[in-house]
Amino acid sequence: MIYTAGVDVGSTQTKAVIIDENLEIVGRALNDTGANVIVAAETAFTTALKDSGLEADAIKYVIGTGYGRYKVTFGDDQVTEISCHGRGAVHMFPKTRTVIDMGGQDTKAIAVTETGEIRDFCMNDKCAAGTGRFLGAASAALDIPLDNLGPTALKATRPVRISTTCTVFAETEILSWLGKGKKIEDILMGVHQSISARSIGLLRRVGIEDEVSFTGGVARNLGMVHVLNENMGIKMNVSEESHYMGALGGALFAMDRAKTAEEVSA
Amino acid sequence: MDSVKDNELWRRGNREGSALFRKWFNDLDAAANAGEVGAYVFVMGSLTEILNTFDLPIIFPEITSLNTAIRHEAADLLNEAEDHGYSPDICGYVKADYAVQNRGGQHPMGKLPKPGLALLTNACNTYLKWGEIWERMFETPLFTIDVPGTRQKGTQTWPGDEQFEREKRYVRAQIDELINTCEEITGKKFDMDKLRETLTYSNRMSAAWKQILEFNKASPAVFNALTDGTAYLGVNNIMRGTKEGAEYFERLLEEKKWMHDNGIGIVEEEKHRLAFIGVPCYPIFREFNNLFSDWGGVFVTSTYLWFASGGNNLGFQYDLDNPLDSLAEVTLIHVRDAMDSMFHPEQIIYDNMDDYGIEGVVYHPIKSCRTSSTGLADNRRALMEATELPSLFIESDMMDKRVVSIAPMKNRIDAFFEGIEMRKAARLQEALQ
Repeated sequence: MIYTAGVDVGSTQTKAVIIDENLEIVGRALNDTGANVIVAAETAFTTALKDSGLEADAIKYVIGTGYGRYKVTFGDDQVTEISCHGRGAVHMFPKTRTVIDMGGQDTKAIAVTETGEIRDFCMNDKCAAGTGRFLGAASAALDIPLDNLGPTALKATRPVRISTTCTVFAETEILSWLGKGKKIEDILMGVHQSISARSIGLLRRVGIEDEVSFTGGVARNLGMVHVLNENMGIKMNVSEESHYMGALGGALFAMDRAKTAEEVSA
Repeated sequence: MDSVKDNELWRRGNREGSALFRKWFNDLDAAANAGEVGAYVFVMGSLTEILNTFDLPIIFPEITSLNTAIRHEAADLLNEAEDHGYSPDICGYVKADYAVQNRGGQHPMGKLPKPGLALLTNACNTYLKWGEIWERMFETPLFTIDVPGTRQKGTQTWPGDEQFEREKRYVRAQIDELINTCEEITGKKFDMDKLRETLTYSNRMSAAWKQILEFNKASPAVFNALTDGTAYLGVNNIMRGTKEGAEYFERLLEEKKWMHDNGIGIVEEEKHRLAFIGVPCYPIFREFNNLFSDWGGVFVTSTYLWFASGGNNLGFQYDLDNPLDSLAEVTLIHVRDAMDSMFHPEQIIYDNMDDYGIEGVVYHPIKSCRTSSTGLADNRRALMEATELPSLFIESDMMDKRVVSIAPMKNRIDAFFEGIEMRKAARLQEALQ
């Protein structure tokens, strides 16, 4: 049995996935990236190995992806997270033609073909508004854990409008709404709506073609899923593995290469 | 490859181009120190052939400004202009030049003569506002040549057409006025024979440049349109209508013919042939190109080589028996073509993608030049609908390093090449099956 791995070193969290040659996930791990990117990658990989019950030498090929992909020092090659999220999403939902990946510091709209080739992509530019970092700012300003942001926002009855285009200034705006006595859930829904508007703008630039799959850490936020679905008038694919989609894509690319290497050597 | 690199012809044009640039700056420095004023002109419609006949030092402020970015000396100049009220969002060339003028013409490469005449065209809307800055600072006389552009894509008229002939007369009348203005400023009488001489040099440059561009249709490419091409382009402008310019381009043609005839490429392994749309990222000029060449990407053509070459890309030859009418005709076609190249770059790609073997297109809109950047996103969409060419859209700036982020840029470029390679692999697989 051939096993391969993908290690996705993101700005906030590092994810690792191990798959077998049937393309089934046999191990996964997630940890904060922190300041030492090399250690974060090693930790995620080691933890995924433990999860799979495999030894390191059983892994034939490792792809590093994400912003820290060149710091996956034990990896065999690197592939961008743009390609990896596209590949992972098409593997998980084969009818995927558009991917929205929302991570810690960037949001990507990716148009893919039926084989997972990247047809086009578009990302937020020079600013982290409309990304997970925007939610992080809201979490800090309102002192609510990240995981509770979505469920709280879904209780909103009269959402406020967050007009700022800057993550840093958004905190000030949130505090200003609090000062005006607005409910936390209404403010949070405003934050979600603001991110949704920016993300849909990116998606329109590559073309929103059904089916749309939502990947990245923010896909775990039910409020974000709800707002995006409602604003686009569609139902996006969201997998329990959404957070791991980049690492999964990396592992799939690794499997291609491991099999090619095996064919060549045979 | 080592024996190739040992050959005297290898990259001779780059070395000689650098030497000509140094000479140009040295001559300007000497003129400025002698108290002479200069004629300030722009790459899209410089009419240097007329100005040369009056022996005016000629300054291309777009080129002197971008030179500060390549030398990593633009930041102070931009800050100084912004301290004086110029917005971060306006043309970086203008701001760098303003700061240089404000420092008494002190440019990192030497002193620049004060603007004694500014010759502008309507090819770029900033030219007019830029000229007004000199007018306020130095009471510089401004002379604007209004060149009729294309009203609607694909409706260009040509010599012999009634509309073209009418427009040519309009441009000719303005050239006559320019000659009068130059006579008044310099106190010199216009010399038609001298004009014929400069036009002869321009004809030689234009003929050579057109052939050089053609050589890149073959694989491997004989020059990188983004890096080498931009250096050649600079000489194309600053030496236009001069003996040195004519000799430079004929020697460059010799170099490129040698490469072409011997199958010598500018890179050892040419994997992906690319077209570039926009203005280069001067603050990280070489590094920017390396992000592509690391993947085996070579820019074989660029719209910049068209719209900023003063029209030499078209290879037009002035009629020396009828110099002023011919100058009007060529000015009309050149400036119109420059505007068309900026506003309809997709047409150039359609027209050339097969000849040049283009495999991918890089759109590079720049924050501080709306003239060349507005509409590029829409343009790219049109290209994607009409062709299957992969394209990349990355935004940075031509002058301002504050808005150039290499890590996100690299991420996009890497993904672009991954897409191209996946596509190539899939096509290969299909062919094998």
